[in-house]
Amino acid sequence: MPSLLAVSELNKRFGGLVATSNLSLDVQPGETHALIGPNGAGKTTLIAQLQGELRPDSGAISFNGADITHEPPHRRARLGIARSFQITSVFPEFTALANVALAAQAREPHGFRFWKEAANDPALTAPALDALKTIGLDNRASVIAQDLSHGERRQLELAMALAMKPKLLLLDEPMAGMGRQDGQRMTRILANLKSSYAILIVEHDMDAVFALADRVSVLVAGAVIASGTADTIRADPLVKAAYLGHRG
Amino acid sequence: MADTIAKPGGLSVMLRVSWPILLILALLAFAPTLSNALDNPFLVRLFTRAVIFAMAAVALNFVLGFGGLVSLMHGGLAGIGAYAVAIMAFHDYDGSKFLGVFPGTSDLAILIPVAMLAAGLGAALTGIVALRTSGAYFIMITLAFNQMLYYFFVALQQYGGDDGLQILSNLTLAGFDISRRATFYYVALVALCAELFFFSRVVASRFGTILQACAQNERRVTAIGIPPLRYKLAALAISGAAAGLAGALWASGQQFVSPSELSWDRSGDYIVMAVLGGTGRVWGPVLGAVVFVLLEAFLPAWTQFWQAPFGVVVILIVVFLRGGLIDLMGGSLARPTGGGR
Amino acid sequence: MTFSLFIEQLLNGVQLGVMLFLMAAGLTLVFGIMNLINLAHGSLYMAGAFFAATVFQISGSFLLAVPIAVALTALVGGVVERAVLRQFYARSHLDQVLVTFGLILVFNDAVRLIWGVVPVPLAPPEALAGSVHLFGGVDYPAFRLAILGVGALVALGLYFVVSHTRIGMWIRAGASNRPMASALGVDVELVFSLVFSAGAGLAGLAGLMAGPITAVQVGMGEPILILALVVTVIGGIGSIRGAFVAALMIGVGDTFGRVLLPPALGSMAIFMLMAAILAWRPKGLFPVHG
Repeated sequence: MPSLLAVSELNKRFGGLVATSNLSLDVQPGETHALIGPNGAGKTTLIAQLQGELRPDSGAISFNGADITHEPPHRRARLGIARSFQITSVFPEFTALANVALAAQAREPHGFRFWKEAANDPALTAPALDALKTIGLDNRASVIAQDLSHGERRQLELAMALAMKPKLLLLDEPMAGMGRQDGQRMTRILANLKSSYAILIVEHDMDAVFALADRVSVLVAGAVIASGTADTIRADPLVKAAYLGHRG
Repeated sequence: MADTIAKPGGLSVMLRVSWPILLILALLAFAPTLSNALDNPFLVRLFTRAVIFAMAAVALNFVLGFGGLVSLMHGGLAGIGAYAVAIMAFHDYDGSKFLGVFPGTSDLAILIPVAMLAAGLGAALTGIVALRTSGAYFIMITLAFNQMLYYFFVALQQYGGDDGLQILSNLTLAGFDISRRATFYYVALVALCAELFFFSRVVASRFGTILQACAQNERRVTAIGIPPLRYKLAALAISGAAAGLAGALWASGQQFVSPSELSWDRSGDYIVMAVLGGTGRVWGPVLGAVVFVLLEAFLPAWTQFWQAPFGVVVILIVVFLRGGLIDLMGGSLARPTGGGR
Repeated sequence: MTFSLFIEQLLNGVQLGVMLFLMAAGLTLVFGIMNLINLAHGSLYMAGAFFAATVFQISGSFLLAVPIAVALTALVGGVVERAVLRQFYARSHLDQVLVTFGLILVFNDAVRLIWGVVPVPLAPPEALAGSVHLFGGVDYPAFRLAILGVGALVALGLYFVVSHTRIGMWIRAGASNRPMASALGVDVELVFSLVFSAGAGLAGLAGLMAGPITAVQVGMGEPILILALVVTVIGGIGSIRGAFVAALMIGVGDTFGRVLLPPALGSMAIFMLMAAILAWRPKGLFPVHG
């Protein structure tokens, strides 16, 4: 089966700092691929290059068989790549429902529709409510995003990503800053999504990673040093030395 | 809130949120009557000024309050509309042709669309450059563009230059005489109502939702698959066209336009009106414009040095009244959430 | 255009550029360091001219008027920074625009109250009243030449202070990374006050030098404020070097634009230049941040 996402020999430097070094990586359809590595390993930089916010210096990214290396981020989103940010990124003044409804609206060919009221349009609110339900946030639909708890806002981001009906979810530390309970709930939510989406997930919570991932890649200093099933990675001495052993 | 999401915004919802503006508009409709009763024709002129300033401030607030774009060029954009009317009327009176091609006219049914088109185009062209930047750069660039327009019209000797341009022909609206002050006032008031209705629809539409989202988190807008620039540019062009409409009516009412109407302080005044009334609602600036014009008219009678206290008032509003005068009317009118009105 | 006219216009352009630099230096530093848009900067220019006119009326000495007016303007700037503007560093740009717009109204009325609405006379010092013969048979007003010299000296001095002294290091640190500056133990509040006062003093200097050429009257600072904002934006907000380059560019460009181009275009030339530069480099010629 051809890869859904294929990254080959990606390089990115910031001045003297090497953020991505000759990195190759793939995500198969339906696969959950976890990316782990110490802080500063270049995980978020990689996600940003996959989503299109950052341009790589060299290398190629292909998605669903098409070269997307030079596509701007909004077009990659339309092709089916949805990103959730490491630092929660929602529309703080909109309700949870309006946040997700806009993500659903983004799938329409364009937004130059000036007359019909958007907030009451079932074409937008119905899929939005669906996405909220999937995430278990439908009972908070009418709450303004900035009044949601931190954990709820992380969930809201995920709901926005789902409403885009993506083929691939790029999740940058979805459990960042969450308490134990919220984290476990998020793990359950992601476990439910696993079967429906290809997922590339960056996460520090090892319990979550080993529970969710079909495959784990270890990123150190911008390069993949090991890749394999959760059990292989857990046992890999190189990984232990480079990463797991030093984990704070 | 959940119920307002589930069912379409009915009449009761509309009334609950927008009763103050309906009240203000109803009161404004009686201005000529009041003027007659007090035998004070100055009042009609005063309220004409308030209504037209309100239109410009509402136009500005579409990008300011909903798009987060602090434009200091709306005085200039309104000026384009004003000059469009004055120049075409000048050619009509003169019998000559604009640029040697277009015959003049004195019918507002033609002049107003021309003015809106010219101002909208002006906004779009300047916007292409200004929107490449953001934040403080955007503010300063729009200010510079405002000055550019100002100097442009100062330099147009053919159309009066520094001294301005008098409209000598009799302006009509689709053939109807609108020279009576009260008639013209009602024309302006109807235009304001139309503008408010238009913008309240647009703000709540898909386009308006994107615009508001851009103001809150542009990065997120891009990440869900929407390119922000084209929407902000379109919003600026629409806002510019509406400012052009205000300018066109301003020139028509005064029978005169001069570059001083395009000075950058006028752009600043529009921002003050918008913030004074409240940027969170489409109609907030109407309240701000009425209060502004009344203060401007009656403070000087009180003291020669009225600008300083006015400046202090502006500062205090920024410090204490974040949502503008609307805030004083109670919580149900606070900023809309998603969609918006 | 004859050679002598060319030289004369070039000198005019450089002189305008020097004035713009004095204005833009304060604007760009205040913006770069405190992240504050100060539309009332033109009011400080006006204040400098009025202070100088008063000292000149009392003492009859322009030379005495210069330091006193500059010091007074710096003082006014410091007071305004402490009393009002300090609270708005962390606020939105919209709030800053409104507050400094309000300050302009207050300043204008204060000047009307103290000095009245009629322009106040301010003559150049007698020693500089005449013209100087330059090479190529060019006669140029001595006072304008003096402005050029003073401005160039101040620009050099400022460049030295910013790039070669400890205070300058703080300023640069503050402009590019405020938290870092704090962490390094720089007294950020003090730097802010100093920078604002210094910027005010420079604006005052520009105003009092312009006084004898234009007219000392209410609102005199606003046209030059806009040009200074254009300079700031073109140079890159926060960059002294950018402000200097852009100031000369705008000064010379504006002067020649008005001479060479038809009026409607000439008056718009610098704004088109600005548009072109920003379309090419949205953060200005010498961007400081990122």
